Amino acid sequence: MPPATDLGWWGVVIAVLGGAARVSTPYLFVSLGETLTEKSGRVNLGLEGTLVMGAMSAYAVAYLSGSPWLGVLVAGAAGAAFGLLHGGVSTLPRVNDIAVGIALFLLGTGLAFYLGKPFIEPVAPRLPHVALGAWSASPQIRAALEVNALFVVGAVLAPLLLWGLGHTRWGLVVRTAGDNADAAKALGYSVGAVRTLSTMAGGFLAGVGGSFLSLYYPGTWNEGLSSGQGLMAIALVIFARWNPIHCFWVSLLFGGATALGPALQSVGIASNYYLYGAAPYVLTLILLIASSSPRHALAGAPSELTISK
Amino acid sequence: MTKRFGDLLALDGVSLALAPGSFHAVLGENGAGKSTLVKCIMGYHRPDAGRVLVGGREWAIGNPRQAHRLGFGMVYQHFTLVPSMTVAENLVLGAEDLPAVIRWDEERAKIDAFQRRMPFAIDPARPVATLAAGEKQKLEILKQLFLGRRILILDEPTSVLTPDEADQILKAMRELTEEHRLTVVLITHKFREALGFAREVTVLRAGRRVGGGLVKDLTRDDLARMMIGSASIPDPAARQATASRAIGLEVESLNVLNDKGTVAVRDVSLRVHAGEIVGVAGVSGNGQRELVEVLARQREPASGAIRVGGAVYARTRAEMRRHRVFVLTDEPLRNACVRTMSVAENLAFRNFDDRRNTIGGWLVSRRALRAQARALIERYRIRTPGPQARLETLSGGNVQRTVLARELSEDVAVLIAQNPCAGLDFAATAEIRARIMGARNAGAAVLLISEDLDELLELADRIVVMFEGRLVHETSRETADAHTIGHYMASQP
Repeated sequence: MPPATDLGWWGVVIAVLGGAARVSTPYLFVSLGETLTEKSGRVNLGLEGTLVMGAMSAYAVAYLSGSPWLGVLVAGAAGAAFGLLHGGVSTLPRVNDIAVGIALFLLGTGLAFYLGKPFIEPVAPRLPHVALGAWSASPQIRAALEVNALFVVGAVLAPLLLWGLGHTRWGLVVRTAGDNADAAKALGYSVGAVRTLSTMAGGFLAGVGGSFLSLYYPGTWNEGLSSGQGLMAIALVIFARWNPIHCFWVSLLFGGATALGPALQSVGIASNYYLYGAAPYVLTLILLIASSSPRHALAGAPSELTISK
Repeated sequence: MTKRFGDLLALDGVSLALAPGSFHAVLGENGAGKSTLVKCIMGYHRPDAGRVLVGGREWAIGNPRQAHRLGFGMVYQHFTLVPSMTVAENLVLGAEDLPAVIRWDEERAKIDAFQRRMPFAIDPARPVATLAAGEKQKLEILKQLFLGRRILILDEPTSVLTPDEADQILKAMRELTEEHRLTVVLITHKFREALGFAREVTVLRAGRRVGGGLVKDLTRDDLARMMIGSASIPDPAARQATASRAIGLEVESLNVLNDKGTVAVRDVSLRVHAGEIVGVAGVSGNGQRELVEVLARQREPASGAIRVGGAVYARTRAEMRRHRVFVLTDEPLRNACVRTMSVAENLAFRNFDDRRNTIGGWLVSRRALRAQARALIERYRIRTPGPQARLETLSGGNVQRTVLARELSEDVAVLIAQNPCAGLDFAATAEIRARIMGARNAGAAVLLISEDLDELLELADRIVVMFEGRLVHETSRETADAHTIGHYMASQP
């Protein structure tokens, strides 16, 4: 690719913006799902496995059926099934949800690698995108501002989730289960069932996030597809203080950090490429350290979470 | 009503009749079966025998929802509010017919109209986490009334309140019953509440109804005799003259930040002499907790000095042992115990690594710990199935006794105690106060932080008042006056 001399440093900015929207989509879906799960009082660390499983199943179904959207749905269903497993097992007495999450993380990735072997070679149909850059004559801007349809769905979902948590019966019940299990029991709700359903819904979203990886960007199925994005999205929930809107902005920030390396490369700065590739991981660490303190309690944390007890 | 837990007969043929608009107190010591009785009514426990009749008809109540439908509502000892939600959200949460999508403008209007009819009101937009204990308890009651409950069961509702707050709430309840808008069952171990507010009383002891009747026909002594039976109440501990004026504990210009990073303790300086009890009065949340946490090394001070016996005290385990500093923290189950460990292990936190409790100086001898536990259980009358029982299976009073046994059984030079008798019945309270006084008489410097002004007036040699992190008033025992101290607690000198 020739260096983008015609746009100069603006090219970097636009590439980072476009890359942010592209790369942030799986973060956004996983973190929204995990926010919902954690609001109910459970932590599902298995979402990395769910993400990979979603990527594999979406790719396989899209390839076999020819419909990428069917692949997205199946990925969500696979994620919900993993959520059901996590929620069901964690509801048993003396079972720790963190440990179950780690087990499902390994199970999900292992199962996806095993079942996904035959789909590494073939090419599946990709998800459509919305051309936000259509106004521009510059092919670079047009390429950078091709926003994928799932990102749009996620951007609508974030405020919808926030509204739902505050304005629906289900939202209130989920938050009650996450903040005071005794209160939920006194109201006659089954805390285990509420949390299991929330974990299923969270798993569904994480599965959809996975389908994005294999059906849009990078857009193929292979075993190194996720590289820990599911785990980083869980850390991101803490930084976003369990607020869906914050999840959206923080996902964009992470996406931008990931897009930095390729964007700089496009203007000819290729040195330290792998260092820039580490940017999202370094950012995760910095944010977690900056947002925690031995003196202050974590504001906004659902008080029934095993990590806040 | 009869209920058995394994071998324990918790409730033995107890009957209770409630006329509409009555205010009925159920009085009894810890473990007398009060909570078991109401939990059977509310459908949390299935009674082994007995039935519930409402309006002359028998109803099978299998779970709390069925009890709610019959109009029963319960306010628990601990709060069942959701701290991160607003007052309005907490109010609508329990509604049976909560719609799938909540129209907040309509709900707000309903709440406003409802609060105008009530004796007290709370701003619906405030998050529950910002409410004081008294406001939370009011909200618990408002919630039950908002949900249309007609028979309200209050389980020790005043254990977290100041006397003024308790009086205000119980008086409002009494008014509502007099207007026949409500029937109230008050579970309590405080005579003052039963005699002051209820119209009828039922006294329980060891699961049996041992007496009761109309409050106007009964005296405090009648009730005490029924409640305690043959057991005697220990007399208030005698205050002996102590000669030493050596300084035990000294705090100088201490500043402490709270969890939110704002100043909770401001420039606090105080001295506690050996053989003296210094009481710290104040309404909960004025920096007392942070002060005690610093002294117990649960929190680091922002600035200031702490000295024990004249030496700088960094609160390490070695220093605690050398200076014989002991702490009775607030909420012992959370701050001073490991609930899943055994009673014996909890009793040994201070000395499990002592020479006498170890083999060869490093291997903990379980036999020595068990022997120590058996002696302390006997001496402090801790009611437990045995030294190996998990601490969380004990009642609140016995957890407090366990901590007391651990902190007071050795020679004490400095004792820091916060609300040592909170939530305990009066026999346990008298016993614990006597032990604290005993430590003082033996020459310990005692810093007693309490929200119970009566406790401070009974025990302290000197009282200081804490308001918004500062010490705003000091008085000696001789000149102490509840009225004046109360004004300083509310900072209206």
